[in-house]
Amino acid sequence: MALAEDFTIEEKEEQERMVLESVDRFLERDVEPFAHELEADDTYPQEIVEKMIDMGLFGATIGTEYGGLGLSVSTYAKIVERVSTVWMSVSGIFNSHLIMAAAVERSGTEEQKAKWLPRFASGELRGGIALTEPDAGTDLQGIRTRADKSGNGYALNGAKTWISNAVEGGVLAILAKTNPEAEPRHKGMSLFLVEKSSEFKVDKRMKKLGYKGIDSGEFVMEDLFVPGENLIGGTEGRGLQQILGGLELGRINVAARGVGIAKACLLKSVEYSQLRKTFGKPISEHQSIQIKLADMATQVESARLLTEQAALAYDMGERCDMEAGMAKLVASEAALSNSLEAMRIHGAYGYSKEFDIERYYRDAPLLAIGEGTNELQKLIIAKQLLARYPV
Amino acid sequence: MKVLVPVKRVIDYNVKVRVKADQTGVELANVKMSMNPFDEISIEEAIRLKEAGHAEEVIAVSVGVQQCQETIRTALAMGADRGIHVVHDGDIEPLVVAKILKELVDKEGPSIVIVGKQAIDDDSNQTGQMLAALLGWGQATFVSKVEIEGDSIKATREVDGGLETISVMLPAVLTTDLRLNEPRYASLPNIMKAKKKPIEQFTPVELGVDPSCRIEILKVAEPPTREAGVKVSDVGELVDKLRNTAKVI
Repeated sequence: MALAEDFTIEEKEEQERMVLESVDRFLERDVEPFAHELEADDTYPQEIVEKMIDMGLFGATIGTEYGGLGLSVSTYAKIVERVSTVWMSVSGIFNSHLIMAAAVERSGTEEQKAKWLPRFASGELRGGIALTEPDAGTDLQGIRTRADKSGNGYALNGAKTWISNAVEGGVLAILAKTNPEAEPRHKGMSLFLVEKSSEFKVDKRMKKLGYKGIDSGEFVMEDLFVPGENLIGGTEGRGLQQILGGLELGRINVAARGVGIAKACLLKSVEYSQLRKTFGKPISEHQSIQIKLADMATQVESARLLTEQAALAYDMGERCDMEAGMAKLVASEAALSNSLEAMRIHGAYGYSKEFDIERYYRDAPLLAIGEGTNELQKLIIAKQLLARYPV
Repeated sequence: MKVLVPVKRVIDYNVKVRVKADQTGVELANVKMSMNPFDEISIEEAIRLKEAGHAEEVIAVSVGVQQCQETIRTALAMGADRGIHVVHDGDIEPLVVAKILKELVDKEGPSIVIVGKQAIDDDSNQTGQMLAALLGWGQATFVSKVEIEGDSIKATREVDGGLETISVMLPAVLTTDLRLNEPRYASLPNIMKAKKKPIEQFTPVELGVDPSCRIEILKVAEPPTREAGVKVSDVGELVDKLRNTAKVI
């Protein structure tokens, strides 16, 4: 998924700069002025999605041979950070779409890549990944959705919940068990691309504390037929492996969102603290506020550096579960604590719906919970640490 | 027909400009640079003329340091077809730029040159007018609306107290005002494709233009900071201060 070989390092840097400038323009003109109202009403940002199609964002990390941009994950993480600085929900619309695309690009057959990726890259067909179930999230091996052989395909039975883009998207990569008796359990799991149809519709949207605007859907499958050619990779039993490769990308993604929210909270606090006066001087001149600002800024920078490091490792093709875990952990905690500190600095205005701070405060917790809880990240980090330094 | 659009690399409009400590100019080190916003409007208008079938080719030109290629590349990503970079380190004045543009017009034969009415760094507002004079072409400055009518252009100009509509014969020089259009931002696929579009390079001397400056900048200073106000206790004191301290009544 690296940039095309014929570009020099300088050219790649220039392209990244231009890409980020264009993203900034898009955010300034087409997202920022509308985010507050759309969020307050929990409205799906259809017009913003159309602009993102025009911009080519749905093909960001898909290879150029399939009509994508072939951006490095490092550049992509910077895009996600910028988008989340303005409104995190918008990044969710292309994040899980691209994780689905990455699974097809990495593990799909040549026919599957040729059939699906150009449609994913253009944004004509958008979707996400359907992993989580009412009884299984972080522990994916515990899913209960089954895919049983039926004619020249499979019949899917089960339920999925908290699926981003499930209502508005046109296709989902659904994780199911093709052999529920398999040991180890992951060897019985497979990933299917399922397009929406008259038999497969999703209407139910979850109500959420934050992360509004984007649809998080819930659906039940009863003998839902999927053609055999839609089994990603063409071989059963590889589903978990296929999706776990994408989860590192997902964690870098969440880390970049965390950096974005933490940075937004910092920037707004730096500005507000110089305008708001108490006891005859701007609150930025009080030491208690200065200490908060220093802590917030340090958190932003450490989260950003860890995220860049994980993205770089991913781009180099190195093992990066520990790096991605650290980035996700630190960045999501930075978002959480900075949103609370920003609220303390803004006082009543931070608590008010008139300003954005309360939105960051509601959006941030998702990052600590989603894409593998932070507690799980610590276990991943510790396991890798012990594996890399055995006695 | 061809449309030629000069684009200038300037300090980004969001940057708070600081004067150098030695007052020889403004701080440019580690400062974000972008295309002059009026030039973005010019490029947008040229691309629209192409999309409407009036123009066949849009050529973006920049005069200045090596990094001006980035500015040209931005124009190419927006939709210009090719670029010309006239390489010059150091200061450059509107008259020199106008002379360079005249040489390029003679070489390329465009029917319209669309120039930003001014650059946001020095606010000179001279290049377009000087170019029209050097070429002996008609000009429509500060345009907020452009319509092609056969071999002429109907242009609406923003003038003091209202709008003026004029007709100019082609070929012509236009200078763009803020309200002419809202420039697009480049789509990401077009940014990738821009790399493949050609940029030709010349030096001013190769074009037969002497780039030396005729103006010497003696000093650049920040505007004086506003002094704090005072509170007055009654109308009598206010009138007294207005008359005797401020001397405005």
